[in-house]
Amino acid sequence: MNAEAKPPQPPARAPDVAEVATAMRGFVSDFGPTAALALESCVHCGRCAEACQFYVQTGEAKYTPIHKIEPFKQAYEREVSPFAFAYRWFGLAPKVTGPELQSWQEMVYDSCNMCGRCSLICPMGIDIADLVEQARHGMFEAGLAPADYLGALAEKEHLTGSPFGLTITKFQDMLHAIGIEHGVVMHVDEARADIVPTVSSIDLKTYPASMAAIAKILNHMGASWTFRTDGFDADNVSLTAGDRQGQRTTTMGIVNAAIACGATTLLMPECGHSFTEMRWEAANEMGHALPFSVLQITEFLAEAITDGRIRVNKAQQKATYHDACQVSRRGGATAAPRVILKALGVDLHELEDAGDANWCCGGGGGVALINRAAPLRAKAFEIKQRQVEATGMETVFTSCSGCRQTLEHGGKATQWSTTVASLLELVADNLAS
Amino acid sequence: MTLSGILQSLDQDAVALYGYARDAAAQSATSIQAIRPESSTLLGFARGIGLQAAVLIMVAGLCWRLAGILLLRRRPQHALSRASWLGRVGGGAAMIFTRSFPRRTFLPRIGVSVGLSTVFHVGFFAILLGGAPHILIIHQLTGLIWPDLPKGVVVMISGLTLAAMLALLARRIAHPVMRLLSTPDDYLSWLAVFLPVLTGILLSGETIASYESLLALHILSVELMMIWLPFGKLMHGVLVFASRGAMGFNFARKGAAT
Repeated sequence: MNAEAKPPQPPARAPDVAEVATAMRGFVSDFGPTAALALESCVHCGRCAEACQFYVQTGEAKYTPIHKIEPFKQAYEREVSPFAFAYRWFGLAPKVTGPELQSWQEMVYDSCNMCGRCSLICPMGIDIADLVEQARHGMFEAGLAPADYLGALAEKEHLTGSPFGLTITKFQDMLHAIGIEHGVVMHVDEARADIVPTVSSIDLKTYPASMAAIAKILNHMGASWTFRTDGFDADNVSLTAGDRQGQRTTTMGIVNAAIACGATTLLMPECGHSFTEMRWEAANEMGHALPFSVLQITEFLAEAITDGRIRVNKAQQKATYHDACQVSRRGGATAAPRVILKALGVDLHELEDAGDANWCCGGGGGVALINRAAPLRAKAFEIKQRQVEATGMETVFTSCSGCRQTLEHGGKATQWSTTVASLLELVADNLAS
Repeated sequence: MTLSGILQSLDQDAVALYGYARDAAAQSATSIQAIRPESSTLLGFARGIGLQAAVLIMVAGLCWRLAGILLLRRRPQHALSRASWLGRVGGGAAMIFTRSFPRRTFLPRIGVSVGLSTVFHVGFFAILLGGAPHILIIHQLTGLIWPDLPKGVVVMISGLTLAAMLALLARRIAHPVMRLLSTPDDYLSWLAVFLPVLTGILLSGETIASYESLLALHILSVELMMIWLPFGKLMHGVLVFASRGAMGFNFARKGAAT
């Protein structure tokens, strides 16, 4: 979904007073003790800048992660903080204005992958990535999500449950076509199933083979499984756009579909933010624990390979691996892909900073869906390119189709010869007969 | 005994217990007997009403700020945790310590910041907990006592601490990121810590004024720090435990990298 590079364009217009008030209400409505503690604790040490690919690559102070939420910190101080009355009386935290908020669009969206590397370095224990996610709620509600074209996709997702407006019929047709093309039996809309795999809209558009791979693996296991066309697209662009309602609507569709067929496991695709949404946020949006377990595909594969439900051949390959931030650093599944690669006999040459301290591909947090952010993405990509080249490997595996696409686009722009490949597809291609 | 009373008896006790003020008293024309709150309006104020006001403001401010943060509506977490409740608490407790030591991969880019702030923080607490008069106050307030650091060592640590603070200030002014982030609060908070360290080192040398005057200034600077504590960035000294603990707890829930 990366788009061609276009020069940075300002938002069409600044929000008016009412929209700013909406944005601030949207922001402060999220506030609980954890977020308040975070904003109150910052000592302005600036270390978060040194963990951020956008600051490191450009040297521009404005990309300092904690600075990206400055208007929202101002709103917190004026509206919620223990000394809010003093901030208002003495004018210590002026009201956030429409033009100010408009100018912050680049900070909150274009230059933050929500990758959480800054959260890893902060000496005060501030989860800045989480604060940016909350700030985006306010921005979206003020009409300030970048329209071209993260906002547009979120809008479509809000209305249809799919960022590309894919209908149930279209999805059914796609699945059958993929099954025929790859010679694999697809289970679709079965009344009862233990496992329900979901898909990412990036897979639907660009990597349909990944859906064949899931089917092939689940068939190999002899599992009871089905795709559900009444809740399939787990991408959740709304999460990265800041649309809380759309986020919940999309999630509910999938949850209800899984419940309808009595699923015990909801399988998340090779997609970072969809895992974050379904694994950590969905239950809170529903207001209760989910009646099934949520597993990212690499966790599922690692477990199944370890306990013998999946048997694989040795791939006899040398490669490196790119960690998806939301799966590894922020999702707690850093070990899973390495278990899989080891089982496949892949000679893994780790990247510098591999694992928890990994650098984002540059496309996370919806940045891949913002046209004008292409030059910034390219800067972030340079880090990854350097690191991959330092390993001397010609193949880099990943378990996030967003990362995969961002790396492919970055590579295309720089005539990079490295192949970016899916870990899921590697497993599917090496199943023992 | 009240804190005011303890401070008023400090000179004699310091001499009797540690010999800390002996050199200063011998060099000064002012005898120990002459160092009395009554003998100096400023010192009397510092030890009396100034101290009481500082304690009152600090305690009230701390309570207000902590309550304002911790009593915000808490949202329940329904997602299945990767760690048990005990594991999450352990994660929170661990992060309180581990966040003092950045990952090695970050050090090349933040080494200067880490080095300076480590020297400052360690130095500040070494002075606070190793200086004989400070130990005496703590002893009289709590009954706890431990060996003091030799005066010369405390002076040397104070010098290092001051140097680190000046370097941190220069960095805050000169570094584009820190300059962008900094507010008057950052500079005020720096000053509120710098003054007690500076007056403390001057007091130990008794070079530019009488022991009595310097003691008054030192106590007043500490009171200023106490008053500012709940309102500005100094509060991080209290909040750091809660913010690190909360992150450690939440990240343990997810199994996220800490």
